[in-house]
Amino acid sequence: MSILVNKDTKIIVQGLTGKTGTFHTEQALEYYGTKMVAGVHPKKGGETWGSVESAAQLPIFASVGEAKEATGADASVIYVPPAGAGAAIIEAIDAEVPFIVCITEGIPVADMVKVKAKLDKSNSRLLGPNCPGILTPEECKIGIMPGSIFQKGSVGVVSRSGTLTYEAVFQTTNAGLGQTTAVGIGGDPVKGTEFIDVLEMFLADDATESIIMIGEIGGSAEEDAAQFLIDEAKKGRKKPTAGFIAGRTAPPGRTMGHAGAVISGGKGGAEDKIAAMEAAGIKVSPSPAKLGETLLEALKG
Amino acid sequence: MNIHEYQAKQVLKSFGAPVADGVAIFSADEAEAAAKQLPGPLWVVKTQIHAGGRGKGKFKELPADAKGGVRLAFSLEEVTAHAKEMLGNTLVTKQTGEAGKVVNRLYIEDGADIERELYLSILVDRTVGRPAFVVSTEGGMDIEAVAEETPEKIITLPIDPDTGVTEADATKLCDALALDGAARADGMTLFPILHKAFVEKDMSLLEVNPLIVMKDGHLRVLDAKVSFDGNATFRHPDIMELRDVTEEDEKEIEASKHDLAYVALDGDIGCMVNGAGLAMATMDIIKLYGAEPANFLDVGGGASKEKVAAAFKIITSDPNVKGILVNIFGGIMRCDVIAEGVVAAVKEVGLQVPLVVRLEGTNVELGKKIINESGLNVIAADDLDDAAQKIVKAVKGSA
Repeated sequence: MSILVNKDTKIIVQGLTGKTGTFHTEQALEYYGTKMVAGVHPKKGGETWGSVESAAQLPIFASVGEAKEATGADASVIYVPPAGAGAAIIEAIDAEVPFIVCITEGIPVADMVKVKAKLDKSNSRLLGPNCPGILTPEECKIGIMPGSIFQKGSVGVVSRSGTLTYEAVFQTTNAGLGQTTAVGIGGDPVKGTEFIDVLEMFLADDATESIIMIGEIGGSAEEDAAQFLIDEAKKGRKKPTAGFIAGRTAPPGRTMGHAGAVISGGKGGAEDKIAAMEAAGIKVSPSPAKLGETLLEALKG
Repeated sequence: MNIHEYQAKQVLKSFGAPVADGVAIFSADEAEAAAKQLPGPLWVVKTQIHAGGRGKGKFKELPADAKGGVRLAFSLEEVTAHAKEMLGNTLVTKQTGEAGKVVNRLYIEDGADIERELYLSILVDRTVGRPAFVVSTEGGMDIEAVAEETPEKIITLPIDPDTGVTEADATKLCDALALDGAARADGMTLFPILHKAFVEKDMSLLEVNPLIVMKDGHLRVLDAKVSFDGNATFRHPDIMELRDVTEEDEKEIEASKHDLAYVALDGDIGCMVNGAGLAMATMDIIKLYGAEPANFLDVGGGASKEKVAAAFKIITSDPNVKGILVNIFGGIMRCDVIAEGVVAAVKEVGLQVPLVVRLEGTNVELGKKIINESGLNVIAADDLDDAAQKIVKAVKGSA
């Protein structure tokens, strides 16, 4: 099993015709034939997108609504540049796309505030923005994760950081465990899916036997997630979990690349998060190079 | 992006917020003329630097008992005397670090008779994904200390983006700040104004500390600190004009030209990494093995060879750097592009310090081949752990 996406997930691409959208759509098609079904471009409706590397072709529609109607898509991935990405997410919400993944980095926070207000009143789920996407090994790749490091297996990976997701995936592959699904929730302060949502799905997924959760400085999502795991453990729902927090050495008040990675007003520091996670029974790795090892220890109990 | 207090007040004034009259000056010669434009008999002379804690700050060049970075003046002569003492000198505050900041601008402001000092700020509350007011009756002091000692005196009120500040919201804020009479009427108009400014100008922080109730019963914005969302400055050319590059680190300015996320730090191991999380984790692992990172640098996902070369040059331009660690886990970022950029930069600027390169992910074999065939003196690493240990050893060994 897996969470959120599998071999049947049908995906449309907003921003397909750009360089980034084209490159990653090629990669997705190559990855076990991920079902990319259409592209969206307001001025290129009726045209066809052709793969440079294969014979694959995708129809382009003028709106998300039309694309969804014609293809029965259940997900959308967004590569639209930052200035228009907020509007692109809102278009997908309005078209009632069930699962929206926004890869775009650098969306103004005010735009995401509008998106969030809209999202809260809808049935859509948003992953991201500023995230690497989601990948279920040998079934479906949405976003920009490198498929070659994955292996079908038993670990659920959830992370605020893209490249640290890759570290976790690579190390669990090398440890012989493999993954059920890897989910990058993204580094922005205002976003769709949070740790808690993904942890709930991993706890409910039978194939997921253990979890790696990677957080970073800023906000309180890791503390909230730790409290969630404590509450669920009381109900008897518990899986071996390893964790890591990036930014122990980050200076307060400075934004570290990700818009959300900032220690402000004495809050959001790494040590508080590590303490909260350890209190929830998560084995927190001191080093980003020992995620796989730490999870093996957690599995031994 | 940060701006100075006097600029923040101009922005807020343009939305209709009550601020004192004031004049910004760049040299002591301008002080008297500036002060004459204000009614007196009380003036406030305020240093303009991008850091808080100015009032309690100390000037490096002045005796220890000299006054701080915010001073009262009761005559035109006193205004000029303060200006002469402050301009060109280095102010060290709680937020500047030991190096302090050179004072290049002063703001001379009309004094106010203060009855009460309050605290007000707006920022995006990430737990609800909405801008929120944070207010307290305990203004004029360090709000972090208030949060620590008397958290019940801080009240947070998120604002629905669809409605803006409603009358009910404004009433709640007035109650929280115990405003009555003229101050309450002022508050009912001021709170929506501040929220409008925050949203329309894409602010990430708007802090008024203190917001004062004057002896005449009215509200005034006595100090203002504003930061803007760096992702939204593209739609605010007027705000971009307020940028003061003398307040920023030169390497950070150079990095921003190349769209690189770079933060200068105090250590001696330069880092070049792809991805913000991995870049932070790389700093952490350097520290774990007993050394200190010289910087945070995320080259991003789609970097070109030129961008990588620019990043490498910024790192090597830091005289504190005694060793460099390149750590790449290629997803979108291809290892061969990184390798080409590093080789090109080293050929141009040379390499005086040990360089450890760890490559993994997309096109890793090609990347390793480019590095190996370049003839550069590069220490190859197998994984992140190995890389961190090797660079720390190389730097400590050469010390």
